[in-house]
Amino acid sequence: MTTQAAAALHGKHLLGIADLTAGEILLILDTADAMKEVAARPIKKVPALRGKTIVNLFYEPSTRTRTSFEVAEKRLSADTLNIAVSTSSVVKGETLVDTALNLEAMAPDMIVMRHASSGACHLLARVCKSRIINAGDGMHEHPTQALLDAYTIRERKGRLAGLKVAIVGDLLHSRVLRSNLLLLGKLGADVWVCAPPTLVPADIDRFGVTATHRIDEAVAGADVVMMLRIQLERMQGNFFPSLREYFAVFGLTPERAALAKSDVIIMHPGPMNRGVEIASEVADGPYSVILDQVANGVAVRMAVLYLLSGGAEGEES
Amino acid sequence: MPVVMDAARMARTIARIAHEIVERNRGLEDLALVGVRTRGVPIARRISKAVEEIAGTAVPVGSLDITLYRDDLMRHTVGPQPVVRRTDIPFSIDDRRILLVDDVLYTGRTVRAALDALIDFGRPRGIQLVVLVDRGHRELPIKPDYVGKNLPTAPHESVQVRLVETDGIDEVALEGGDA
Repeated sequence: MTTQAAAALHGKHLLGIADLTAGEILLILDTADAMKEVAARPIKKVPALRGKTIVNLFYEPSTRTRTSFEVAEKRLSADTLNIAVSTSSVVKGETLVDTALNLEAMAPDMIVMRHASSGACHLLARVCKSRIINAGDGMHEHPTQALLDAYTIRERKGRLAGLKVAIVGDLLHSRVLRSNLLLLGKLGADVWVCAPPTLVPADIDRFGVTATHRIDEAVAGADVVMMLRIQLERMQGNFFPSLREYFAVFGLTPERAALAKSDVIIMHPGPMNRGVEIASEVADGPYSVILDQVANGVAVRMAVLYLLSGGAEGEES
Repeated sequence: MPVVMDAARMARTIARIAHEIVERNRGLEDLALVGVRTRGVPIARRISKAVEEIAGTAVPVGSLDITLYRDDLMRHTVGPQPVVRRTDIPFSIDDRRILLVDDVLYTGRTVRAALDALIDFGRPRGIQLVVLVDRGHRELPIKPDYVGKNLPTAPHESVQVRLVETDGIDEVALEGGDA
C-alpha cells in the first residue's frame, strides 16, 4: 500500500478534552468529516475495526450517548458488548475495578464508560490495558459531546475561532459545560456563560470566559447559543425557587433568541426539558441544530474510535 | 533520481489512455471515473477532460478514500492510524461501467481495497482499472486494463508520481535506486 501521511492522538485513551491539543481536536473533527459520509452510503458500514471488541459500560442511564457509540462501533464493524448496570453484578456489590478487570479478562480492545463519579475513567485507565473512552464521568467531563458540539458549530459556521458562544443553564452540574469550555478555549471562541448565581461553579474564572446572570446579555449578538439541561437528579438543595421562575428568568424564549445574530444556531446536548431551559418554539425552530448534533455524534465517535484503535506513540506491541 | 516521465510525456500518456477508453467503450453515457485518493483523483479529472475533448461526452468523476478498507489497518497495532479523507461519489454507481483510476499499481492491495469499497456503494455493470504507472511485483491477482507506462522496478525502489494539482509539478521519478 502506498504510505500516507499519518497523524495521531498522543494518548492511548480519551479521558477528557483537557488532555487534547488544538491539533488533536482538529484531527478528530477532520476525521469525523470523512466518517460522516459513511452514513450517506447504501451500505453504512466499513471494515476498519473488524475483529475489535468494544465494551460499552454504562453506570448511568443514557439513550443518546450509548446508542450513538453503539451505532458508531457497528458502522466500523467492531463487535460490541453492552453492559447496563441494572443487569450486571454491580447490583450484587462488585466494585468498579473488579468489574473492569473481569471484563478485561475477556480481552476487549476498548471500554467506553459512563459513570456517576468524576474521575472514574481515570481510575479505569490506570488498572486496565484496554483503551478507555470517557462517555461522561460525574460532573467532570464528557469529551465526545464537546467534540460533536464543535463539529456541529464548524459545519455550520466554518470555524470556531472568534465566534461568540453563549452557554446558558445549569453550569454547576454540567460535565458537558466543562468539556465545552476547555475545547472552545483551545480553539479560540469567545465564550459567555449565564446561570443563576447558585448554579455557577466557583472556579469559572479559570476558563477565561465572561460570566453573567443576565441571559439577554449572554445571548446578544451570539453566533451560537448552547442551552444546558437543569439537572434535577444531581441537585441536593434548592438552587432556584421553581422551574416556572427559572424559565421566566433564564429560559430561552423566541424573544430572547431574537437578540442573537440573525444566523444564530441553537444547540442543546439533550435530553431537553421543554419549558424549563428552552421553549418548544425555539427547540423546534429553524435555527435549532439539536438533531444535527445527534447525527454528528455518530461521525465524531467513529472518528475517536478509529483514531484510538491505532498504536499510541512509543507504545510496544 | 531519474525522471522517467516528464510533463509533456504525461500529457501525451493521459491523452492516449483517453483515446483507448473511447475506443474500447462503445457509448460513454454509462461510464464514470473514480479516482483513488490522493493522486488518482486529479488523474481521473484529466482523463475526464480529455475524453470530453475527444468524444464530446462529459464523464463524471468521483473520489474514493480506501483507508478504512486497508488490509493492514488492524494488523499493525504499533504506530498511528493513517489519515482518513472524505470519499465523494456524487452519482449512483449501480449499472454503470466504472473506470477505477490510481497513480501507481504495485502489490494490488490498494486496488483490492478500492474494489471492496466500490461494491459497498452499489452494483456497477463492470469495473475497469486505469493506472498511470505499473511497476510490477503484484501480490494479488489484479491486472490493469489501461496502463500509462510499464516500469520495471526493484522492490527497494520507489516510484513517485507528482502532479501539478498536488505537488506543483508533473513528473514520474524512480527513487531509491543505486544511491
